[in-house]
Amino acid sequence: MNNPARFISSLVCVACLCAGTAIRADDPFATARQDMVREIEADVRMTSRQLDREVLDPRVMQAMATVPRHALVPESHRNAAYENRPLPIGHGQTISQPYIVAIMTDLLKVTAASRVLEVGTGSGYQAAILAELVDQVYTIEIIEALGKRARRDLEALGYENITVRIGDGYYGWEEQAPFDAIVVTAAASHIPPPLIQQLKKGGRMIVPVGSRFMVQQLVLVEKDTQGEVVTRQILPVRFVPLTGTH
Amino acid sequence: MTSSGTLERPPLISISLVSAAALAYEILLMRLFSIIQWHHFAYMIISLALLGYGASGTFISLARPWLLAHFPGAYRINLALFGLSSVACTLAAQQVPLNAEEILWDWHQALYLLAVYLLLALPFLFAANAVALALTRYRQAIARVYAADLLGAGLGSLGIVLLLFAVFPGTALKLLGSLGLLASLVAASELQGPRAHGLAGTVLAAVLLLALPAEWLTPQPSPYKTMSQTLRIGGARVIEQRSSPLGLISVVESPRVPLRHAPGLSLQSSAPLPAQLGVFTDADGLTAINHNPQGETLAYLDDLTSALPYYLAEPQRVLVLGAGAGADVQQALNHGVQRIDAVELNPQLIELVRKDHADWAGHLYDHPAVRIHRGEARGFIRRSRGSYDLVQITLLDAFGASSSGLHALNESYLYTVEALQDYLARVAPGGYLAISRWIKLPPRDTLKLLATAVRALRESGIEDPGKRLVLIRGWQTSTLLIKNGVFSTDEITRLQDFCLTRAFDTAWYPGMPADAANRVNVFTQAYFYQAAAALTGARDATFMERYKFDITPATDDRPYFFHFFKWEVLPEILALRGQGGLPLLEAGYLVLVTTLLQALVLSSVLILLPLVVLRSSQDEPASAARPSRVVLYFFAIGLAFLFIEIAFIQKFILFLHHPLYAVAIVLTAFLLFAGAGSAWTARRQAHPSPTQHATARAVSGIAVFGLLYLLLLDPVFTALLHLPVVIRILVAIVLIAPLAFFMGMPFPLGLARLAAVRPALVPWAWGINGCASVLSAVLATLLAIQFGFTAVIITALLLYVLAALVMH
Repeated sequence: MNNPARFISSLVCVACLCAGTAIRADDPFATARQDMVREIEADVRMTSRQLDREVLDPRVMQAMATVPRHALVPESHRNAAYENRPLPIGHGQTISQPYIVAIMTDLLKVTAASRVLEVGTGSGYQAAILAELVDQVYTIEIIEALGKRARRDLEALGYENITVRIGDGYYGWEEQAPFDAIVVTAAASHIPPPLIQQLKKGGRMIVPVGSRFMVQQLVLVEKDTQGEVVTRQILPVRFVPLTGTH
Repeated sequence: MTSSGTLERPPLISISLVSAAALAYEILLMRLFSIIQWHHFAYMIISLALLGYGASGTFISLARPWLLAHFPGAYRINLALFGLSSVACTLAAQQVPLNAEEILWDWHQALYLLAVYLLLALPFLFAANAVALALTRYRQAIARVYAADLLGAGLGSLGIVLLLFAVFPGTALKLLGSLGLLASLVAASELQGPRAHGLAGTVLAAVLLLALPAEWLTPQPSPYKTMSQTLRIGGARVIEQRSSPLGLISVVESPRVPLRHAPGLSLQSSAPLPAQLGVFTDADGLTAINHNPQGETLAYLDDLTSALPYYLAEPQRVLVLGAGAGADVQQALNHGVQRIDAVELNPQLIELVRKDHADWAGHLYDHPAVRIHRGEARGFIRRSRGSYDLVQITLLDAFGASSSGLHALNESYLYTVEALQDYLARVAPGGYLAISRWIKLPPRDTLKLLATAVRALRESGIEDPGKRLVLIRGWQTSTLLIKNGVFSTDEITRLQDFCLTRAFDTAWYPGMPADAANRVNVFTQAYFYQAAAALTGARDATFMERYKFDITPATDDRPYFFHFFKWEVLPEILALRGQGGLPLLEAGYLVLVTTLLQALVLSSVLILLPLVVLRSSQDEPASAARPSRVVLYFFAIGLAFLFIEIAFIQKFILFLHHPLYAVAIVLTAFLLFAGAGSAWTARRQAHPSPTQHATARAVSGIAVFGLLYLLLLDPVFTALLHLPVVIRILVAIVLIAPLAFFMGMPFPLGLARLAAVRPALVPWAWGINGCASVLSAVLATLLAIQFGFTAVIITALLLYVLAALVMH
């Protein structure tokens, strides 16, 4: 990243901070959100070995502290919005556990200039977190009702840098490709090869694997500068399967 | 109260009918809730609901005088209530917004779960009330009443299996409800003095039940099941459903957005995926029928880890175990294999590919090279005389006896040490056994499979099993090859090429250097290579000991391939709860344990309650009827009966080789012959000899046959395995008959004695027996996981001996 970009990104960051503060004044969920962020920080410290870092990118944590998660969950679950757990959002879908969202976002290593694609918009929360960090987020949702709801909710929150498309994400978003980062949250029997093709050299893709309520592992697909693809299979938790090898 | 009923004839037919309906209802509930929820939660819910039997003992104990005074009415009303509630409570339970996956976060879910328990316990309560009332009222005819109960249950278990082949579960529910009402009508005639308006009301209720619209009764799968998720996609719809006791099969088409089911597909794959029809079993477990009308080569199948054997050699004779919708068969055809034997358990699945969607599938199962066999994999291979260059098992999970209602944790005879030896016996020299599994993180089943393969080879006298194994993996699936012979350097070169072009990793091959592992799909450590190196070497025991999941090989005596849970890791995982640690928990086992704990608490309450309440109102009992002895006796025989039944069902599965038929036949035979044993004790009551002698004789009979079978069943089964299935079924029935006959005696003998000295405790003893049965089913599995089914049988025999001692 060159210096002007870094400068701009830190400006964005400051802007976010201000926005965050501005919301906080009349935001009944501000404390809950702060608590959630602190909880994630503590959890990350405990899992540092698996994640290969002590803390997550402060910008990611700032985004977590900013996005009003409660506005993206159904009314009935609003009070639980900042608990560190997944919540049902209707249509058989869930909004992921904040801790997992933070880790996934961090693993993408995005900069403000990154072009990001998300497959599986769901509640729009992951897109909103990414939109705090990058200039433009493209997100595709296959379930029409969900896609419409996410589009409406994200617009209401003032996210102008998120484009929601309703449709099949298997072939990515040809017009906007290639991407620096791709998140595939929609369940797939395999990682769609077209998405790998739409990943820039040096780009990263993250695929959570598991059930709607429990992420078993995160698959990180990295395309190196030669275009070679390597996946990393990451357990989002500090757990070594052999005793005595901590 | 009228007389104690010595001369009256007990209403045996209605007892049989309601017992048949109640047992059928239990199995049907398992079917319904396996469709709605996931299998192991279904198991927990139904186990707890069965405590309705225990609750009936408590209820009747407390309300005995009143109920006996109003006997005919109370009896008939309970029968009718069973009929009505079986339908009404099932429908109501389906309305409860239970999502078992959220239970660890959301306390509301615990309340929902409780509501479901209570709702589903009601029908069992009413059915059990009817039987307990009859036992209490006709205490001179206890053995006959109990015999009618067992005979009915036996017929019910057979009947529901047949019924589920004929109708959808929803329709079966209506029929069972009506059967309850019919029992009430029959009771009216058996007991005389029916009132016209009561009769008319019952008939009307039955008509209304049968007229319920089918949509109301169709189970709705949880929105989080795979099929529900697929159906959210625009245009996706179910085009066909087939139902049998083996599962509800739904065919889903998705014309707008292709299904693209290709688990384990290489990230490098550029092969197009064909259009597919999704096939779901119980709204889960997707497989796909490929659109391939011209029978062309489907290149994507070569980009799966399971394609490996075709790139190491050119197999001519291939056996596919678990053919499903046919992907493995097509994979073999891709490579020009001339002789493919394909085995599939579920005939309805075969029919889908072969008949209904034959044009779509390009008549895959009628291809001249393909022979499709209906049957269970293990049974097929044990009876087969063939020899194969490749035996292929891809992502196949067994249909266990579990799915038909007995266990929470799937036992599986597909991946035991003995099973691998059976498969290898059919692999030609130089040929392969290939098994593909899903990859879990941290690795579990792939490593257990590896450990099982190593032990199978060692026990077959192979000194260096590592030279006969190769293991590769993508990010999603792994494939293990076991060769009948040693891998050559040429094969290893081909293996490396195969992996390189598909971005798969080599995890083990003979002579593999450590730095060749973990390169493309990278873990924090080279888990698979390290495990393979340890398991194929001398450090295998230490490695298994130190591994935090149970990866010790499964055997036919402990057929729990899918059991990975270790107690010592539980605190660590619970501490990681907030940090995404919960997926590390192996839910199946914990569900079993929590089921046991809940059942223990509830049983204690149900058993102690009448004791506390009745204590003040009763005289000091004779020593034989001291409550502690009554509890011990009925608890011991309640536990032991099901222990033996469950363990022998397992033994017979290996003989009859079809989990469903084995369960249906063995269960029915057990119940019918136990019924006969009970009836026989009724005959001997005419010649009064002390009950304790009769009990001792029954227990001796059980012990003799139990021990005999422990020693002889395996050799007898091996000797008779070649016989046609009808003969084997007859052999099974003949073997079960004497054991079950004796097992039917201790309960009516004990109850008759209790009725003579302290009749007030009769319903209480019935309730104890009911609670013990619920606990027994769960305990049997937990014991078998730890110590094997042989240990379960021995424990049961000891419990019977204990019961005999208590009687003395």
